[in-house]
Amino acid sequence: MSPSAIEIVDAAKVYGYGASAARALGGVSLGIRTGEFFTLLGPSGCGKTTLLRLIAGFEMPTEGTIHIGGKDMTAVPPNKRPVNTVFQSYALFPHLTARENIAFGLQMLGRPRDEVASEVEKMIALVKLEEMADRRPGQLSGGQQQRVALARALAPAPQVLLLDEPLSALDLKLRKEMQLELKRLQTETGITFVFVTHDQEEALTMSDRIGVMSGGRLLQVGAPREIYNRPVDRFVADFIGETNFIPAEARGDLVRVAGVDLSLPGAGNGPVTLAARPEQVRIGSNGPLPATLTRTVYFGTDTHCHMTLSDGTEIVARLQSPPSGDIGLRDGQGVRIDFAPGALQILEGA
Amino acid sequence: MTGAASSTRSGWLLSLPALVLLALGAAGPLLIVVVYSFLEPGEYSGVVWNFTTEPWFRVFLERDIFDGTVSLADAHLTIFWRSVKLSLLTTLITFAVGFPTAWFIATRPPSSRAIWLFLITIPFWTNLLIRTFAISEIIRNQGLLNTALLKFGLIETPIQILYTDTAVLIGMVYVYLPLMVLPLFAAIDRFDFKLVEAGYDLYASRWKVLRRIVLPIVRPGIVAGSILVFVPSLGAYVTPRILGGGKNMMVGNFIELQFGQGRNWPLGAALSMLLLLIVLAALLAYVRVTSSERPQ
Ligand SMILES: Nc1ncnc2c1ncn2[C@@H]1O[C@H](COP(=O)(O)OP(=O)(O)O)[C@@H](O)[C@H]1O
Ligand SMILES: [Mg+2]
Repeated sequence: MSPSAIEIVDAAKVYGYGASAARALGGVSLGIRTGEFFTLLGPSGCGKTTLLRLIAGFEMPTEGTIHIGGKDMTAVPPNKRPVNTVFQSYALFPHLTARENIAFGLQMLGRPRDEVASEVEKMIALVKLEEMADRRPGQLSGGQQQRVALARALAPAPQVLLLDEPLSALDLKLRKEMQLELKRLQTETGITFVFVTHDQEEALTMSDRIGVMSGGRLLQVGAPREIYNRPVDRFVADFIGETNFIPAEARGDLVRVAGVDLSLPGAGNGPVTLAARPEQVRIGSNGPLPATLTRTVYFGTDTHCHMTLSDGTEIVARLQSPPSGDIGLRDGQGVRIDFAPGALQILEGA
Repeated sequence: MTGAASSTRSGWLLSLPALVLLALGAAGPLLIVVVYSFLEPGEYSGVVWNFTTEPWFRVFLERDIFDGTVSLADAHLTIFWRSVKLSLLTTLITFAVGFPTAWFIATRPPSSRAIWLFLITIPFWTNLLIRTFAISEIIRNQGLLNTALLKFGLIETPIQILYTDTAVLIGMVYVYLPLMVLPLFAAIDRFDFKLVEAGYDLYASRWKVLRRIVLPIVRPGIVAGSILVFVPSLGAYVTPRILGGGKNMMVGNFIELQFGQGRNWPLGAALSMLLLLIVLAALLAYVRVTSSERPQ
């Protein structure tokens, strides 16, 4: 068993030629481990689909190499790669029943008839489609089509399953259901999943590791906790959840924020930008940093408090709402801010 | 409710002119042909109003003038068989040529697609007769093709193409190709090319993608194109007349003969009806194929 399911080295993709050439992917290097649930996360147009299509073999990289299961597959056509795709639009064959759709890959691999039949039944049971197996895609709901697409891609037991925003067409409730379902399928089959989404919450809840992309580049790769708590730059911090950005002056183990020195070991020297998650900002009577409360917004479980520091920097704190629903603070009131230990992060390149 | 009902009624009213036209233009003449096919031929032309099944008998069988023995009407059957054969070949060849053409057009960017479609329809701008004579100019013994082949030393003596079945076939393929390309284009244009990627992704070869995914899904277009080519091919008149000469008649020419020199209108009418029945059978097959297994 090789430790790397996929090894991408310096992959770049340019669409078109000459004046109309567009660089969709600029030198991405990435290793995806066997058996992990890996998520590519980034805003629309950042090159997620392009990267996935390079792995599937629908596009050839302009530069760089792609190894799958330890073999160089850079120039291997898609029908010879041990990789299957769940398409965003499902791309189910409209003239075939759910069962025939699921059988397709195994048939193309030339598996014996009875083996195909038994594998297909297993897949139908795995995605709980027993009732619907003889219907055509046009007679299935979005969620059911989704399951057929999953079963069809899983049936040939690929080394890697690629999923391009497979849940984006589903409504919220079904989406939550399918997130759990996908996670279950991945655990049960042990297949490496490469999942694409632009939804940070989806990425955080489902993934073993996340790769955050922007503008055709991979900005950070790490476990969800790492990405959330140690974002490498302003973009990642902002894209993954809400963040306060605080301009500060670093001096040794201290950072000076709005004229107040806060302790931050190893801060270095010079102007920096600090990041702090709203839920790690505390409001109390004895915090070190004075601020003025400008606005509170009630969200049910949480209440967001918008505050301004003496230098005009805005900071948002997310507090758990008390049973009464009233946190007991009034707009315009002076408050004192404190940060949870380790909440302040210095952003690089900001 | 009333709105829907009255719009249905006005719909009927709106289609009334078309219905009248259809009744006068199609049903009326058809009825006349049916009636004529059960009458006796007039001496010089026209019909004599005596009921008989003789014309239908003579479509399939012939009676010896001297001893009255009955045998199959070989000449008629040969002509029908040639017509069916040439029409099937025309359909096959137009499909073989038209499918890649339609695929090519459907995969162009929308801006240039219109130009390609426009080019396909250009032949319709010229009279069929003139186009057919033009083809005969090209393929005749002293024509463009033979002259060129002789000049390049590829042949020693001119190839006789004109006045053969091959000439008729060339002419019909040329004339009916657009009728194949257009419905194929319409079907391929609606085809979701993501399905091709899905096929490759699931280990299908190019050939398997074509056979298992593309062809079944665009089948309504294939059937429509085939009908649009086969039906008029079967009744073709101008092309076999000019390119096939007198010997290589097709049904259309033979029917014309009965109403002209043959002076046997009832036989001509019966032959026409038989042609119509063959076409009807083809259409029924079309309806069955397209309605029994429609995608979605
Ligand atoms: N076939 C293509 N031809 C030209 N440009 C493309 C093509 N596919 C994608 N692009 C461009 O490449 C960039 C990345 O696209 P894509 O990989 O689809 O992003 P994402 O999936 O993250 O939304 C976009 O700017 C897009 O416009
Ligand atoms: Mg995309």
